[in-house]
Amino acid sequence: MSEIVFERVTHRFDAEPVVHDVSLVLTEHRIGIVGANGSGKSTLARMINGLVTPTAGRVTVAGLDVARQGREVRRRVGFVFTNADNQIVMPTVREDIAFTLRRHRLSAADAAARVDRALVRFGLTELADRPAHRLSGGQKQLLALAAVLVAEPAIVVADEPTTLLDARNARRIAEHFAELDQQLVVVSHQLELLESFDRVIVMESGRVVADDEPRAALAAYRSLVE
Amino acid sequence: MIGIVHPGNSIVHRTPALAKLGLLAASVTVIALVPSLAWLGAAAVVVASLFAVARIPIAIAWRQVVPILWLLAFAVPVQVLFGGWEAAAFMALRLVLAVALAAVYTLTTPVSATLDAVTTLLHPFRRWIDADRVGLALALTIRCVPLLAELVREVLEARRARGAEGSLLALAVPVIVRALRTAEHLGEALAARGVDD
Repeated sequence: MSEIVFERVTHRFDAEPVVHDVSLVLTEHRIGIVGANGSGKSTLARMINGLVTPTAGRVTVAGLDVARQGREVRRRVGFVFTNADNQIVMPTVREDIAFTLRRHRLSAADAAARVDRALVRFGLTELADRPAHRLSGGQKQLLALAAVLVAEPAIVVADEPTTLLDARNARRIAEHFAELDQQLVVVSHQLELLESFDRVIVMESGRVVADDEPRAALAAYRSLVE
Repeated sequence: MIGIVHPGNSIVHRTPALAKLGLLAASVTVIALVPSLAWLGAAAVVVASLFAVARIPIAIAWRQVVPILWLLAFAVPVQVLFGGWEAAAFMALRLVLAVALAAVYTLTTPVSATLDAVTTLLHPFRRWIDADRVGLALALTIRCVPLLAELVREVLEARRARGAEGSLLALAVPVIVRALRTAEHLGEALAARGVDD
């Protein structure tokens, strides 16, 4: 697994610290981040692929500085957003998955083979030529995941990927996450998703207030919000 | 449906996107310049033949042309009033044929093929123009049509639920705010996919 390192990281938004002096070393396979709205958990996750850069401190992924080597980092880190609609660029399912590979300079045959594998893996083959924006919420999130994984990133970061889904589709996404070989960092309010993870970090007011194995960390979170 | 191809293996489908783009530009120019209604009638037969060769069902072809008919419902009477029947007929036929030809192109050409064609077309100008960026702008334009349509539909529903059907403010403010937020999220998602690297 890659090493994701936060070294005394602070991020301010309009002078307000959203993330405050956080130091972490993430090496586990599956890591969860929980916290109330505005606790800084999404900002922390966004720093892993350089969508947000620290105001102070340093974030590195496999030794690469996220602020200075963003391009290399983003090739290693895929990001799944809460609302898959915002992630879809191309009109059809197949084209949207292929869109990720446009900058990878693969041969047409290699790219097509990778897209086909992703379609099969996520059960999207029959939907391949359908309008992407007409898929159901669950199918759109599967497409978003397929579009990220087709690039074969070493790390997948997901920001509340099941929040907009019903229980059945949330379970499907969770099953796909469970099968991933990649290192996984998931921000979620759905605590049952994180119960089988290796490590859970609890954020509160921009700080890490608990960092433990899931049972202990989730108990700390429950006591915080109840 | 914009950006959605009607699948097929006809010669129209198989013709390279770049050639089709060139033919589209040339045909629309000719249609804009022909001086007689008889020639425009002949052009209409050619366009109808293209739909037939591509095996595009009449219902799908009709859906592509309908939006321009709404525009013509206003424009033709104005043109009749100021330019006479003949000028109105020229304008209406030219517009319908141009839209129909564009529809033949979009229904038989995947957006990804158009992006590749644009990239190839702009390749000689790569020192001054980022072809990938132009292609991306094109893809996003096509993508944003259904996205904005859905957004307006949701806001109209919300406006009706609040009993503010006639309020322009209750339509414009949420649509603009949500459109800007959607644009921000889309930009973030593109950055996450390494598009701007």
